[in-house]
This record gives sequence, C-alpha cells and structure tokens, in this order.
Amino acid sequence: MSESSAKRPGLIRRLWRFFWSPTTVYSLGALLIVGFIGGIMFWGSFNWAMEATNNEQFCIGCHEMRDNVYAEYQGTVHHNNHSGVRATCPDCHVPKEWQHKVIRKVQATKELYGHFVTGVVDTPEKFGEHRLALASRVWRAMKSTDSRECRNCHNFEFMDFTIQEGRAAASHQQAIDEGRTCIDCHQGIAHDLPAGYLDRYREVVKELAMDGVPSARTQTSSVTRIREYLASLND
Amino acid sequence: MRLLPTAVLVSTAISLAAGFALAQTSGASVRSLRGVQVDEPVGVEDVFQQEEKRFVRNYRQQPPLIPHSIDQYQIDRNANQCLSCHDWTNAGDRGAPTLSMTHYLDRDGNQLDTVAGTRWFCNQCHVPQADAPTLISNTFESSGN
Repeated sequence: MSESSAKRPGLIRRLWRFFWSPTTVYSLGALLIVGFIGGIMFWGSFNWAMEATNNEQFCIGCHEMRDNVYAEYQGTVHHNNHSGVRATCPDCHVPKEWQHKVIRKVQATKELYGHFVTGVVDTPEKFGEHRLALASRVWRAMKSTDSRECRNCHNFEFMDFTIQEGRAAASHQQAIDEGRTCIDCHQGIAHDLPAGYLDRYREVVKELAMDGVPSARTQTSSVTRIREYLASLND
Repeated sequence: MRLLPTAVLVSTAISLAAGFALAQTSGASVRSLRGVQVDEPVGVEDVFQQEEKRFVRNYRQQPPLIPHSIDQYQIDRNANQCLSCHDWTNAGDRGAPTLSMTHYLDRDGNQLDTVAGTRWFCNQCHVPQADAPTLISNTFESSGN
C-alpha cells in the first residue's frame, strides 16, 4: 500500500494540480488580456449560435414544422396583415428574456430527440394524433406566464378600445376586469385547432390552478390603482 | 429536278405569310379576363369593410346575419371557433347570442347537448354583410318592411 501511494499520481490528478498551480512564464497582464478577449469571443459565439437557431428558417428546417404548423400559419394575421408587421416562429414560441430563453432552448433538446430518434410526429397523421397534446403544452406555458410572448407586442394598456370592433373592445374590457390573459380566448390563431380543443384548454387551466399557479396576475397596474382608490373611498 | 427547290421555297413563303396573317387577326381577338388589354393598368377595386350593426331580417325565416368579422375562424372537421362564444355552454360568459335550440336537434328530432352535425357549418346559412354594390343584380324585395 505504502509503495503504491508513493508512485506518481494518476493523469487526472496531475492535470488538476497543473491547472491550479501558478504560472511562472506568463505575466499577469497577458493572462488578464487573453482571458478577457477569450471571454468576449466565447460569449459572442455562444449568443451567435443561440440566435442562429432562433429564426424561422431554422425552425422550418425540419419537415415536421414546415409541412404542418408553418403551412397553417401562412395567411393568418401574424403572417399577413394590414400594417405589415410579422411575427415569426420564435417571436411567439421563444421568450425574449435571456434566462427564460436559455431554459426554453434546453427544453428544445427533447424536440431534437423526438425528431432524430423517435420520429414521434414525422407524418401528418402522427402529427394530427399528437396535436392536442402539443397544443396543450403551449397553452400551459402561455397561461402560466400570463401570455408573456404575446405581450412582447400586445398590451392591454396600449390598446385603444374605441378603434376596436365593438365586441372586441367589450371582451377586452371584460378580460381586464376578470384578470384573463390572451390565450384564454385566442387559441388557434396561427395554427389549426384539434377536436375537443376548448374542453382540453379548460382542463389545462384547472390543472394549473391545482398546481397553485396564479391565474389572475394579469391585473394591469392601472386597474389595481383604480381598485385601490375605490376601496379607499369605502373606508 | 429543278422544280423541287422552287416548290419548297414557294410553299415556305406561303406558310410564313399565312402564319403572319393569322397572328395579326388572333392578336386582335384575344381578350384578357380582366376586360382590358394586358398592357393597360387595372385599378384596384374598392374594399368594402364588414358591417358591425345588428341587422333587421328581410324575411321571416332569414338566418340572422353575422355582425362581426369571421375572416380567420376555423370551421372544419376538427373545430368550430364560432361555438367558443355562441354554444350554449359559453354564450353567457362571452356575452354572445346562444344558438337557436333547433340547432341541437338531430335529424330525428332528438335533443342533443352539443350542436347537431347537420348544423355544424355555420356559414352555410349565416353570413357577414358589407354595404357593397351587388355583384349580380336581382329583383328581391324584403317582406320585412
């Protein structure tokens, strides 16, 4: 035992010691400058790679997306409209904030597994069978984040109800008062809906409520302020 | 044998002249589907927007007209987005008129909880309106007023 412990340590141990021992050749300045530039290059290329996988062309590189959901999306209001603003796949399906975006990108590795290994939705028939489950996953995400990706562009506080269609204005006012979120009414605006979609959506909302995800945090600040003012009058 | 090249030459000249004449006459007789020559500009027609009022019925059994846009509503084998507001289960929440209860009767007269398959395609009878010139004139007179 004592003989073997006196021998040279293993490869990993030697590398570990080499890594943590101080340099004797390079100046501190050289190490700092090289480390700083290397850090910028690493960070830049990391973000570049993330953005390269975050556009429509990348999304429809897979035939599952191109032949089903992308085909359905063409001609919808987020594709063609009077003002000429277009929302592409990642605008609605990938969060803008960095921390949420990275989480979504990590989750997407499972989608790669589905594409390359299991081929779970590689025919239109299979996609049709899974559509309700796939859609309810998106509904669940949108409901639990108060339709965060919608709100990158749409906001109750920026809406002029007087230039909306009458019934739309009334429904939006009701939605503010009752603390609803976009996806509560606007399912299937860019992709086809499967049979039984509304019942399934209500199940998703119930499941989220049972998991303790707050459903009514959509209250815009102005509504909260008015409520507080009215409450103070009653006191 | 000197006859043959001459004959070929003459027949070629005749067929060329005939072809040219044919092209001249057919050029005048071709009409574009838009009613003007293909090199003339065509003005864009006016767009008549959806009317949003509540419509008076023009005869007693007229299916009610739709007072809002239905441009991108999905009505197919899988889903009917009209029902997300107008079905009896949703109409109260959404402040929308409920379907007539006749729409929940199947072809044998049995009352159903969900809309009858025979009534699934709303826009077979219910349509939006725009105040636009009639595409084809007709002599219809309303019995309602």
